[in-house]
Amino acid sequence: MKYLYYPGCSLRSTGRAYDESLLAVSKKLEIQLEEINDWNCCGATSYVSIDEIDAFSLAARNLALAELQSSDEEVNLIAPCSACYLALLKTERFLEEVPDVSAKINSSLYKAGLHYNGRVNVRHPIDVLVNDYGLENISKRIETPLKGLKIACYYGCQSLRPYATFDDQYHPMTMEKIVEAIGAEPIDWSLKTRCCGGSLTGTIQEAGLRLNRFLLKEAQKSGAEIIITCCPLCQHNLECYQERISRFYDEEINIPVLYFTQLMGIALGLSEKEVSMHRLFKKPSLKRFSQKGAAAHAW
Amino acid sequence: MQLPIPTNVHSDESHKVEDIKKVVRRIKFESELDHNFGEHIAEKAYGQKLLGCIQCGTCSATCPLSHYMDYTPRKVIAMTREGFKEEVLNSLTIWLCASCYSCTVECPRQIHITEIMYALKREAIQHGYYPKRLTIPVLAREFYKRVLKDGRNTESWVLVSLYLHTNPFAMIKEAILGIKLFLRGRLTIGKERIKRRDQLHAILGNTKGGSQI
Repeated sequence: MKYLYYPGCSLRSTGRAYDESLLAVSKKLEIQLEEINDWNCCGATSYVSIDEIDAFSLAARNLALAELQSSDEEVNLIAPCSACYLALLKTERFLEEVPDVSAKINSSLYKAGLHYNGRVNVRHPIDVLVNDYGLENISKRIETPLKGLKIACYYGCQSLRPYATFDDQYHPMTMEKIVEAIGAEPIDWSLKTRCCGGSLTGTIQEAGLRLNRFLLKEAQKSGAEIIITCCPLCQHNLECYQERISRFYDEEINIPVLYFTQLMGIALGLSEKEVSMHRLFKKPSLKRFSQKGAAAHAW
Repeated sequence: MQLPIPTNVHSDESHKVEDIKKVVRRIKFESELDHNFGEHIAEKAYGQKLLGCIQCGTCSATCPLSHYMDYTPRKVIAMTREGFKEEVLNSLTIWLCASCYSCTVECPRQIHITEIMYALKREAIQHGYYPKRLTIPVLAREFYKRVLKDGRNTESWVLVSLYLHTNPFAMIKEAILGIKLFLRGRLTIGKERIKRRDQLHAILGNTKGGSQI
């Protein structure tokens, strides 16, 4: 299986563990990812707040580049970051459905010597893993089943809203299915699509911390040992501000926050280094699952 | 003769003790509203449905940030429709919206509320209501400028310019977190850049929205 890959800016800095673990897992599962040459920022939520056509055109350049790079009739483009995924998907939709916006985007692209034909299909990695690769095939490849490990799956906002392409936007279950496929146990909790505040932790911090506190507390209360997520900003917020939230609210909050790809990687038999656990603030204790760990324990 | 329009209508200032003696009008007259505002915004946000809002308040209830807002999303929709242009464009609400789309998917009238918030942000910038010291729009502006220059966003550089423009002392507070991220290879010092910046410059700035910031 071959896909084009759009990492996005966050996966080059705060979200590096997501980039590295996604590539490692794909390699292990023999899913080929080819990065788009010279891709640019998707514009996230900032560009559309300032200039809409700039925002669309910026995202559209990536779509046009993706088409240049693939001769397939339908070009599948994987965007792992939620903000990138939505920005690219929204642009793809507007190009198809809103003629006057589409005309403006095309004229911007034309000025840069680019052209978009509408062949690109923006995909989320969860979508590809569950619907293209298949859960059964994932289960077959598991080397270290994470039996009994309780996981809270956190989807955040923009991977499912407003366009729910691969899962239900109110009660998503795809990440839970992946967790089951790798032998672990997804917990049932109510805040899996509640907002983490995005960049508010850097702008209006009190508001940002409060939103993350709810999520972390609820996950802990529901018995989760680990939170997994599919967005670099969610992971950053939930992980990096735990100490501050604990201090601010005088509460015990202590839970590792991983990318779902990191957890998958461990179950697929990759090493902690290969799935970039060393980039986390708080490593989960998964020793009891590894062959070596089990042997040491028995001894 | 036209009467001067009270500037403190709908603002918290009017509740201050020192203002009590001063009698001010608390309600705007119909004639002072911009009656085209609702339709104008609806058009900009691809949603004539805005005008069909039933004021149920589902958006305000589902919004994770409504308790920080000066007007709840429901009120912003009502005020936009009625033409309270100045109040809406001056409000914190539009900038506090974190684009989580909860309201959009919950709205029983399928109003694209998040898109309306985006349209209001753009309108505010265009009409000079840009709050230059509020951190959220400053972040949007610094992000915009960084990408305009390099084609990619280097998070560390955007954050540094955000703090320099708003609260340099916050940078000291964030330094420890920055160092922790840096030690884990999660914060880069070198700037990420694309090669074909000429393409970028041809693509961007054709609609002049960015020139207002």
